[in-house]
Amino acid sequence: MSDLLGTALILLGLPFFIASTVGLLRFPDVYARLHALTKADNVGLGLICLGLAVQADSLAVGLKIVLIWGLILLASSTGATLISTSALRHGHPPQQRNDVDKHAGH
Amino acid sequence: MLAIDVLLALAALATAGQCLLLPGLFRAVANLMAFGLVMALIWVRLDAPDVALAEAAIGAGITGALLLTAVGQLPASQRRLHPEHYRVPRWFITMAIIVVLVGGLLWVAMLELLNTGLANAGLAKEVAAALPESGAEHAVTAILLNIRGVDTLLEIAVMLGAVAVIWSLQPAIPPPALGGNYPGLTTLARWLHPLFLLTFCYFLWQGTHAPGGAFPAGAVLGAGGVLLLLTGSIGWMYRYGYNYLLRWLLAAGLLLFLVTALAGLLMTGSLYGLPPTFAGYFIIAIEVAAALSIALMLMTFYLFGRPGR
Repeated sequence: MSDLLGTALILLGLPFFIASTVGLLRFPDVYARLHALTKADNVGLGLICLGLAVQADSLAVGLKIVLIWGLILLASSTGATLISTSALRHGHPPQQRNDVDKHAGH
Repeated sequence: MLAIDVLLALAALATAGQCLLLPGLFRAVANLMAFGLVMALIWVRLDAPDVALAEAAIGAGITGALLLTAVGQLPASQRRLHPEHYRVPRWFITMAIIVVLVGGLLWVAMLELLNTGLANAGLAKEVAAALPESGAEHAVTAILLNIRGVDTLLEIAVMLGAVAVIWSLQPAIPPPALGGNYPGLTTLARWLHPLFLLTFCYFLWQGTHAPGGAFPAGAVLGAGGVLLLLTGSIGWMYRYGYNYLLRWLLAAGLLLFLVTALAGLLMTGSLYGLPPTFAGYFIIAIEVAAALSIALMLMTFYLFGRPGR
C-alpha cells in the first residue's frame, strides 16, 4: 500500500520537474527562469520526498527525508532572492511585455 | 540499475568534457561543480557514502565557490578561456581516440580481474582481522585514523600547505559589504548554523561505527563557517590580535596527529603504532581535532589571503 502511494507521489512529482526544466531552458530572462525553478522544482521535490518518506523503513528516516525538503526550500528560496537581487543591482532589468524575446523560436 | 550506472557514467563524461572544451571560464567552473555532484552520486552507487559526502561538500561546494570567486576577481577581458570564434580544437579527435583506447583497456583489465576472483582481491580480510585492535568499530575509520593514519596525517599537512600558499598570495579580502541588500543571506547563515553544528557532531559520533568521521564532519562545519564568513559574521579572523590564535588552531589537528604518531613511536617502537588499549581514545582525540582543523582550514581558504594586516 505504502509502495503504491509512494510511487504515485513520485510520478506526480516528475511533471513539475519537467515543467521547471522546460521553463529554465525557454523563459526569456533571469527572473522568469528563477520563477520556474524555485516554484515548480520545490513542489516536484516535495512530492518526491513525500513519496520516498512514505516508503521509508522507519519514521526517523522518513522525517529526515522531509527535513531535506525543508532545508532545500530554505536554501533555494534564499538563493533565488540573492540571484535576482544581484541581477537587478548589476543592471539586468526584468523583461517587459512588449520587449523582443531573443530566445523565442521561429 | 545498469541504466542508472550508464547514465551516471555518461553524465560524468559529458560534464568533464564540457568543462574542458567549452569556451568561457564561468561555464567551465559551473560544469566542474556539476561534475563534482555527478561524482558524488557515483560514489553513492559504489557504496562509499563517506567519500560521496566529502566529494559533494569539497569537490562541488567549496572548490566550486572558490573558483567562482576567483573568476569574479579576474578582469572581464581575462574571463574568456578561448577566443570569440571558438571551434573544437584540432586535437579533439586524437584525444577522443586515446580516451576510448585507455577506457577499453581498463574495461578489459576489470573483466580479467572479475574472472580471476575479485573476492580474494584487496585487503578486506586483513582489515577485518585487525579491526578489534584498532580502537574503531568501522573499517573506514580504522584505516583512515589507525592502520593508514600516516596517509591522513599527510592529507591534513597538504591542506595546511594550501592555507600557507593562499596566505602568501595577497592580504585577505574582507567580506563584501552586503549593506542590507541581501537580508535573507545573513538570516539563513545564522538560522542554519545550529543545524551545521548538529550534523558535525553527528558525523563525528557516527564515524566510530558507520561511514562518517573527521573529513565529512569538517567539511560540513567548514561549509557553514564559510557561509558565516562571507556574510561578515566572523570578524575576529581578520583582526591582527587573533592572528596567532588562528595559526595555532589551524595547526592543532596536524600537531595532535604528530604527537600521537610520536607517542606511538615511544610506546610500541613504530611510528604511529598505537597500542590497542589506548587506540580508541587517541582516535577520538585525533578525530575531533582533525575535524575542527579541517573546518577552520576550509574557512581560511575564503579569506583569499593573509589576515591581520
